[in-house]
Amino acid sequence: MFVRGLKRKCFDGEEDIEGTLAGIKAIPSYNLQRQSLLDMSLVKLQLCHMLVEPNLCRSVLIANTVRQIQEEMTQDGTWQMINTQSTGQASLDRLVSTDILCRSSREQAEEKHVPSYGTFNKDFDGDQGQDSSETMSTASSVQAPRNLQGNVWEMENPQENKGNFQKSLDQIFETLENKSPNSVEDLFSEVDNSYYDLDTMLTGMMSNTKMGHCDGLETFSSPTNTASNSNCKSDLNELDHIVEILVES
Amino acid sequence: ADIISTVEFNYSGDLLATGDKGGRVVIFQREQENKSRPFSRGEYNVYSTFQSHEPEFDYLKSLEIEEKINKIRWLPQQNAAHFLLSTNDKTIKLWKISERDKRAEGYNLKDEDGRLRDPVRIKELRVPTLKPMDLMVEASPRRIFANAHTYHINSISVNSDYATYLSADDLRINLWHLEITNRSFNIVDIKPANMEELTEVITAAEFHPQQCNVFVYSSSKGTIRLCDMRSSALCDRHSKFFEEPEDPSSRSFFSEIISSISDVKFSHNGRYMMTRDYLSVKVWDLNMENRPVETYQVHEYLRSKLCSLYENDCIFDKFECCWNGPDSTIMTGSYNNFFRMFDRNTRRDTTLEASRESSKSRAVLKPRKVCTGGKRKKDEISVDSLDFNKKILHTAWHPTENFIAVAATNNLYLFQDKVN
Repeated sequence: MFVRGLKRKCFDGEEDIEGTLAGIKAIPSYNLQRQSLLDMSLVKLQLCHMLVEPNLCRSVLIANTVRQIQEEMTQDGTWQMINTQSTGQASLDRLVSTDILCRSSREQAEEKHVPSYGTFNKDFDGDQGQDSSETMSTASSVQAPRNLQGNVWEMENPQENKGNFQKSLDQIFETLENKSPNSVEDLFSEVDNSYYDLDTMLTGMMSNTKMGHCDGLETFSSPTNTASNSNCKSDLNELDHIVEILVES
Repeated sequence: ADIISTVEFNYSGDLLATGDKGGRVVIFQREQENKSRPFSRGEYNVYSTFQSHEPEFDYLKSLEIEEKINKIRWLPQQNAAHFLLSTNDKTIKLWKISERDKRAEGYNLKDEDGRLRDPVRIKELRVPTLKPMDLMVEASPRRIFANAHTYHINSISVNSDYATYLSADDLRINLWHLEITNRSFNIVDIKPANMEELTEVITAAEFHPQQCNVFVYSSSKGTIRLCDMRSSALCDRHSKFFEEPEDPSSRSFFSEIISSISDVKFSHNGRYMMTRDYLSVKVWDLNMENRPVETYQVHEYLRSKLCSLYENDCIFDKFECCWNGPDSTIMTGSYNNFFRMFDRNTRRDTTLEASRESSKSRAVLKPRKVCTGGKRKKDEISVDSLDFNKKILHTAWHPTENFIAVAATNNLYLFQDKVN
């Protein structure tokens, strides 16, 4: 069975929408699509740790895609926007790096300097009451100096999965080389990407999908599907509004 | 039956080897010409089956090593026995397949059932005689080439000198001598000093069919490098670099992924090479590095579905491609058990399906068509109805005749040209 979503407008700008969705849903903005692709890629990278050594070619290609998205986001200035939205629960590392980013954002844009891929955080807080803006912030410090990064990429135990965990793209490759047994523990079950529902992504239910991921990672039983994703609605308009304000300022 | 992971005809085309995910090799042999059954020529029957590789466990890394056979390559036949190389992710093995159809009888020191005879009882000597027996095909491992690859082996290629061969993994290519198992030479190494800087891997490699000093390797960035082993011992610097400039209008986040080359094959005449990337097959003239001479779209209708194909990982499928004997037609697989053939002279292409329903014995295959938009005609299949779990990754073409082998998941299909 092919994954649903063939009738949706696809990411890469193809204008061919075969059959509009029932009820006119807004075509997701380019930024949103890009964000969802970034999220999907990060999850793929993370989940490619199994009992058998992960496919290096696939990992490299996904990592390159992530880098590409990040570069573009940095040039757009979107990167910094998302960073500034991280709130309370952020660790000190994140705050410091965000600060650096904000200060140097203009210089970065001018130099066209692409920061090396530092840590990025996924806020996997399972709290349903999460502000949609917070769960939107997928990435943080890019320019973070290496010595600030406390955490090497580690997969927490299922019990701790609700907390934040940082990972570094660079360290992913190191981990690929020297697999830490810890990371394997959680991943005995077959990787099933179906839970990561692109449709949900593109129709704007960003944060919900993240929740879905969270559940999937924690339980590792049959991955959650769209059912659990549709619980909380993200307030996209509010988010766009916030982004707009920040851009103007 | 297990999922077939490689298919390969031998040099004469009389034998067809398949490797599967369970580490088994099955060899089919072509039926000989037989007057009583005039149509039997062309049928392939099982000749030998053996377990080539077993699953292993790397204790150092706490990782399993799959027994799946990634590639089989035959050696040219030099005596009555047949030799082939089979490889999984880490170890290459040289197998000898030989026939035994006679056995000796009349030993002096042992009975017919093998029990030792009491020497005191032996009163006279006799010469053992050879008596015919039922044909037995034995496969025995003659060489095991192990511990030379840190990363997963994706290709092996026998050199035209018939004495050496290369094995390629994601980051390195090694040169072996068929007789020597405890030593191999590293001829390409693209591993960066800092693994964090890794952005490109080797995806396939092959020796030139006639020039024993030349080989090519393809990368995940859509480039092919031709190396000459005469120029230096370590071929990190290429002699030729083949890359088609990117079309800026079609650039997307998936551009790099779909440009990744999954297979590279020299033509039989050694003047061209063919590369397969996700959506197309390209033919390159070895004397022209800046672009291919021919490009064939395999399933262009998937270009607008790349996002979904990325989500379900299909975009990472590695399709192979092959030439026919005269290098006039090329073949490659697609989804929904479709495979495609492109005639280089007439520029005509055909889509055929390998499935039980459409492949009754002796029936002519009906060309298939995928409907890309608008009204679907009768007999056409729409893109949305394609089954992406039915992928044809491995195909092989008989070296001299129009006979093809198509592996559809765990089934092997053999097709031949319509005989009038």
